[in-house]
Amino acid sequence: MRESRTDRLLELACWCSAFMVLAIAGWILFDVMGHGFRRVDLNFLLGSPIDAGRQGGIAPILVSTVLILGVCMTVAVPIGVGAAVALSEYGSEGRRATRLIRASLDVLAGIPSIVFGLFGNALFCRALGMGFSIASGGLTLACMALPLVIRSTEEGLRSVPVEYRHAAAALGMSRTSTLVHLLLPAATPGLLVGLVLGIGRALAETAALLFTSGYVSRWPTSIFDSGRTLSVHIYDLSMNVPGGDGNSHASALVLVALLIGINLTASLMANVWLRRRIRT
Amino acid sequence: MNENIAQTNPRHGLLLALGLLSLLVASCGQSRVTSQSANRLTLTGSSTVAPLATEIARRYEDQHPGVRIDVQTGGSARGIADARSGVADIGMVSRDLKTSESDLLAFTIAGDGIALIVNRANPVTELSDEQVVAIYRGQIRNWSHVGGEDRTITVVNKAEGRSTLELFLSHFGLENSEIRADVVIGDNEQGVKTVAGLPGALGYVSIGTAETDAARGVSIRLLPMGGVEASVSSLQQGRFPLSRRLNLVSSLPPEGLAKSFIDFARSAEVADLVAGLAFVPIRP
Amino acid sequence: MNRNRKTDQLLGVLVKGCAILAGTLLLLVILYLVHESLPLLRTTGAGRLLTDSAWRPTSGQFGLWPMIAGTLTVTAGALLLATPIGLLSALFCRCYAPRPLGKLLRRILELLAGLPSVVYGFWGLVVLVPLIARIRPPGASVLAGILVVAIMVLPTIALLVDAALESVPADYSRGAAALGMTRWGALRGVILPAASSGIFTAVLLATARALGETMAALMVCGNVVRTPESLLDPVRTLTANIALEMAYAMDLHRSSLFATGLLLALIVTGLVALAEVLSPEGIDA
Repeated sequence: MRESRTDRLLELACWCSAFMVLAIAGWILFDVMGHGFRRVDLNFLLGSPIDAGRQGGIAPILVSTVLILGVCMTVAVPIGVGAAVALSEYGSEGRRATRLIRASLDVLAGIPSIVFGLFGNALFCRALGMGFSIASGGLTLACMALPLVIRSTEEGLRSVPVEYRHAAAALGMSRTSTLVHLLLPAATPGLLVGLVLGIGRALAETAALLFTSGYVSRWPTSIFDSGRTLSVHIYDLSMNVPGGDGNSHASALVLVALLIGINLTASLMANVWLRRRIRT
Repeated sequence: MNENIAQTNPRHGLLLALGLLSLLVASCGQSRVTSQSANRLTLTGSSTVAPLATEIARRYEDQHPGVRIDVQTGGSARGIADARSGVADIGMVSRDLKTSESDLLAFTIAGDGIALIVNRANPVTELSDEQVVAIYRGQIRNWSHVGGEDRTITVVNKAEGRSTLELFLSHFGLENSEIRADVVIGDNEQGVKTVAGLPGALGYVSIGTAETDAARGVSIRLLPMGGVEASVSSLQQGRFPLSRRLNLVSSLPPEGLAKSFIDFARSAEVADLVAGLAFVPIRP
Repeated sequence: MNRNRKTDQLLGVLVKGCAILAGTLLLLVILYLVHESLPLLRTTGAGRLLTDSAWRPTSGQFGLWPMIAGTLTVTAGALLLATPIGLLSALFCRCYAPRPLGKLLRRILELLAGLPSVVYGFWGLVVLVPLIARIRPPGASVLAGILVVAIMVLPTIALLVDAALESVPADYSRGAAALGMTRWGALRGVILPAASSGIFTAVLLATARALGETMAALMVCGNVVRTPESLLDPVRTLTANIALEMAYAMDLHRSSLFATGLLLALIVTGLVALAEVLSPEGIDA
């Protein structure tokens, strides 16, 4: 390839941008890690918060976080996958409806999380009488995650060549078994990526949960109890509790570790899946 | 094969969607019944009282297995409204009840005050009430006018709806519309962090928060008010001018669990919790 | 075969139900927002709400204009900053970086994209705001908001552009090289146009995220309701307004915050509609 002066300038600009991103990431991560490292140990992970969270650990908060994510995913994944199948496999039956639904999902994906918080507060907490609870929070997050799940499942379905579908039809496979045995397995890596993105966004969410799942930092006994997630805990400790910075940093560190773990697992799973698909 | 599918009526889909939705509604309606059992108490209201109420509730639960007490924050106004409407069994209010709220019963559980805070690097040691008013009105804009260095004053104010703001305004005879703020903050700790980061800032927060933070080495200093040192001990002696009571309120004379909890929260058994959060225990 | 047909029919109904549920969700959200903000819209009227500049909810004045201005300034500034840097970082990953470095950068971008906004806000409040205050207090300002939000949306742009570049067939760049084009020429003439709809989507999503950023904006922008006159003035964004006052709001005040949310939802709807008109292929790419 030929090189010109613009090329060299562009390359320089690219290196500078990349360096800047790395520097900023390093600065922020170092700031979080540096302060949090000494506090994270087994007692922190397995203990309950004491003294408004300044002392003790985060175990009940981790449990609430998992429960909220669980509610979110059990609602968002089946509905999302179903909707994606309808849009990509049955879409040609009602073009206008399909376009309308797609457009509304695009808007939904862009709605600020705090607006979902308002909506969740009005619908789940008040109108449906669920109060501040893990269920309210999880359902609110499910509304947020839905467009993401649909979009990535659709991507996955689209990656299946048309010939497969034709071949399946020619073999006389019913539509259900085509879907179950051919299309959904093929869409799994895409769905997985969507799930990971969704879980990541949900884990990081604070604004929407403040008004829906509440502040209670105890062990939840059911999904109709109020419970706070890790992000809400971090916010509360750094903005509401004097001397809460230490545990706030430690909680942030745990969150970062969780995110790295989830990202790695997903890329690992996607790799394994791809290899298996190629072999068969 | 495709034709069969094409015939599935889209209306069926709509019906199913509605069915799912109604299922959701039904299942939630049920949960509401189960959550209001006799062993459950809900407190909502002031974010100043909430950490204290949470700690008291935890100790109460330890002594009474099977009881669950949920504490949700949301400001004093929410505490009043929820106690009135019955959404909460007990409301938390970080000020005295107004005359328009005399239909409610208030039970004081602790005392608190509001302190002016400046950055530790600021050499100014005292501001008169008039100076505070002039600064908040934007008539004095530089620390050199009140005996400090030549530095612009950054006025830190609280967001609308908080009782700390109401109390501060009424003490100094200010209207919120006259205040020329440079930073508006939500919770106490945001105010502390803002002032700690800005050498020229002046703000006001709960004394307990400020003293705890200052003792932990955060770069802020409490200013005396009306010549009285701002500290929990001067608050305890009843000398500090800008003080308030932290109350639990209820619409009916409390009975059963609610009464037992309120009595517990006012007893000497929780004095260490009150002091631990840098509030003032009530005198029995 | 008969049983198969029945399951197929059931499946069709089931998945269409899901699609309709998903499609009506937006309607439900907007309906609820309208329903909750009606009391205020009746008394104040939408026109005054949008143009008044006084926000004193406890004395019945609900002007959103300074916050609209604040939100738009912060969003625009953050995008102006984040788009070029995000684009260049993506190009770096694809074209210039040694493989391990590119991989590392991508991992770090993924991590940054997942960090909660509270962490960014906290960092902004204790590190960035005091730095800016040295230029001119209070430091909590439009500039602080722009910088923090830019850092937050940068990974979104970089990762999506990176994915768009990946989907450009390798033949294109080989062909360009065979034609003797310079790297810049190939990028400008072939590769960027091929990835353009992906880049467009990236910027659109980043805009939505910047508009909707709440916690970080709340922590670093200063939250004063005043139309900003310079980059160093404090502002309040629409999202911060909701987060700051929602827990304390009753009656009309609460209703005004739902109106704020409704406005945000409408801005996003407008944005998506605009994108649909502007991009010929739609934004599904």
